[in-house]
Order: sequence, then structure tokens, then C-alpha cells
Amino acid sequence: MADRDEKDLLSGPNMNRRGLLKCMTWAGTGVVWTLSGGVPRTLGLIGGAEAAETPQGALTFVQISDSHIGFHLPPNPDPGATLTEAIEKIKAMPTQPAFLIHTGDISHLSKEEQWDEADQIIKSANKQVFYIPGEHDVADADNGKAYLARYGKNTKGKGWYSFDMAGVHFIGLINVFEFQPGFKSAGLAKIGDEQLEWLEKDVAGRSASTPIVLMAHLPLWTIYEQWGWGTADAGRALGYLKRFGSVTVLNGHIHQIIQKVEGNITFHTADSTAFPQPAPGTAPAPGPMKEVPAGELHKYLGIRTVNYVRGKGAPALTDSTLVA
Amino acid sequence: MSMIFDRPPWPSRDAVLLGAVALGLLLLAGLTQVLAGEAVKAAASTATVDIDNFKFAPATLTVTAGTTVTWKNEDDSPHRIGDQNGTFKSAALDTDDTFSHTFAAPGEYPYICTIHPYMVGKIIVKPAGKVSSN
Repeated sequence: MADRDEKDLLSGPNMNRRGLLKCMTWAGTGVVWTLSGGVPRTLGLIGGAEAAETPQGALTFVQISDSHIGFHLPPNPDPGATLTEAIEKIKAMPTQPAFLIHTGDISHLSKEEQWDEADQIIKSANKQVFYIPGEHDVADADNGKAYLARYGKNTKGKGWYSFDMAGVHFIGLINVFEFQPGFKSAGLAKIGDEQLEWLEKDVAGRSASTPIVLMAHLPLWTIYEQWGWGTADAGRALGYLKRFGSVTVLNGHIHQIIQKVEGNITFHTADSTAFPQPAPGTAPAPGPMKEVPAGELHKYLGIRTVNYVRGKGAPALTDSTLVA
Repeated sequence: MSMIFDRPPWPSRDAVLLGAVALGLLLLAGLTQVLAGEAVKAAASTATVDIDNFKFAPATLTVTAGTTVTWKNEDDSPHRIGDQNGTFKSAALDTDDTFSHTFAAPGEYPYICTIHPYMVGKIIVKPAGKVSSN
């Protein structure tokens, strides 16, 4: 795990050795995002007093992903238990995050009782949570109606939204309603024209110095076409964002951390809290790594803390596993 | 039926009776279908597509009209069948769940897993009685 973290951090944005060491001091406290360069603004509008007290106007939030409540097979017959561990880890953080984001696949099969269980567990963190759906959350008979009824309040179109926090502009993009079927080209996720038009308008009037955090379930760059790990029309979305000085893309879906830098845009997929999936192309299929022994499972699960500090450039991300 | 006749060598009196009743029912069913104007082969055909390792097997399946195709999910991940033209769509199939669809009309039916749209398959339906299964 240490090896993986080190490699990932070194490949990350603006990450020199000093930055790496700084991140390593956060190991075990979850992933902290530090966004800097934002408009000065008082924190704690959502997260309460603790967030407002963080030094130097920092904004800290935590990303959890792919909790897959309802999954019941090896290597993790009880993803509710590991999600609980993730939430306990967040509750124990010395600097409490202002809020949480969940980047999709809350449930395994879009069932109310699965979302009930997830909500019950996550609620104990006592934080506002910003959700986006994964493809497993829109697998009901009505193609996502149940998710939108439950999580889609105050959102635009089919669940997308944006908000501002501490000078950072957050965008919740949804790429699980539309797709490009794999008949004649790669089978990939899609954002869709209606949402892309909304996105273009959403960012049009903003200063290029506004830090952007873009959330989406499937990766917004093509990691592995053969497994559908990419978004066919992501390029158009990124085109609207490339003029911004700091764009941080947070994805889920692939149950492992892979990062990439493209100009001012950094891409980060996240660990799951439920089960790992194989590295691209290392297995016949991208399903759960069922051969992981029970004693090893926690090494493959994790949360991410994101920490923005004013005047410090790109945010700092700290990924930490669920190993106690 | 075949189980009864496979059981050698002397079928019991009950089995013979049962066989006769079953045969009668079959004839009745066949007659009903003919009366309803359907060109159906003597026994309804079935075929299976396995879903394993995020693949449909066979990826292309050729059947005759009237065949009921059953997909069985043998993966640890859910899959969901949806055809390109919207003529059939399953619920999300958890591990070991199945979905069946009867193909009445000849034609080609390309389909995907709507959860993993890179997974593609095709059902080719030929007019009944013209093609041996493939």
C-alpha cells in the first residue's frame, strides 16, 4: 500500500518530494483535499464550526466512493461493515471535513433498502453529503427514477448540480444515464448534450482563477477502453474547463487509485469502500477481486481527503486505506 | 416425456397412463396453436446465453423464430440486457439471476449490457423451419 501511495502521489499534480512528505504526514487521517487560490471566504457554511476553525482558510472535504451496499460475495460479504469503518475513520479525523462527497455506486442494485443502509451508516458522520450516482444506482426498472427521487432534490436536469464553497466551484456531473454502446466503437459512458450545454453555461462567467472540482462516477479520461473505463464525450466538458488555473477531477467506478495530469487538469480515481477491482488488463474482466484474502481486504479499500489552502496552488489529496 | 420412455425396460402402468395423458395435452396444445394461426414447431425451442467474465457466450446466437432465449448471469457483478432497438430489456440481473425473451419475429437483434455498454451480443432470428440451429 505504501508503495502504491507513493507512486500515485509522485505522479500527481505539482507533487515534489517535499509535497510527498507533507502528504505522508497525513497518512491515516483520510484523504484531505486542500484547494488553494480560491476567493477568500469564510468556511463552515455547511460543515459547522470545526471547518471554520481550520488554519489559513483551508477547505477540507472527504471523498468516499463505491460503497456497493447490497453486494454479498467474496471478497466482502458485508460492505456495510467496511463503509462503517470508513465513516469511523472520518469521524476520528483531527481536522473535521466541511462535508463529504460520494462519487457513486452507493448501492449495488438500486434498491431502497440498500440506500437506507448506506444513509444510516453515513448519517453518523453528521456531515452534509453531496452525491452523484454510479451505474449501479440507476439500475432500477425506471432507469434512475428511484435515485433521482431520493438524492436528486434541488438538482438540474437528470441530477447534475454545482455549488460554491470557500471560493471553490464544485460540479456534480452525471455520466451514467447515457452511454456509447460498443457495437462499432468503444463502449463508454457519456455525459450527454443537455448536460454539456448546462456545464458550458455554468462555468462561462467564472474567473479563470476559480478552483474547480469536478465530480463524476466514471473516469473523465479513457483509462481502459476494453473495460469501458472512460467517457466518450469527456473532451467537450474538459474543453470548457481548460482555461481555469486549477481543475481537479474526482472519479470513482474503478475501485482503485489512478491519477493523471493534463495541463491544469488533474484526474483522480478513488478506492472503493467495498471491494477492489483489478488493474486495467490484468484480469479477464473488471469484476470484484474475489481472491483477496479476508485479512488483506482493508489494504485495498480507502477514503480520500482533499485539502485546499489559500495561496498554495493545487489541492493536496491524501488517500488512506482502511487498514487500522 | 423422454424421462418416462428412457426408463427401461417395462414402464409401469402408471407411467403409461401418464404418458398417454401428457401426449394428449401436447396434441391439444399443438392444435390450439395451429388454430391460432401460429407456425410453431412441435416443441418450443429454447436457447441459453451465459454471462461470465463480462462477456456474452455465445456472443452471436442464431435461433429460429419462436425460440425463447434465456440469459443467465454467472458473474459476480450485475448485468442488464437491453437491445439496440428497445424491443427487450431486462431488470438488473444479480449473480445467478436469469432473463428470458421469446423472439417471435425474424431479424437481427444487437444488444448490450446497459450497465457495461462495452459488452455486446447479437441474436439472429431466422424464420422457423428454414434454418438449423447454429
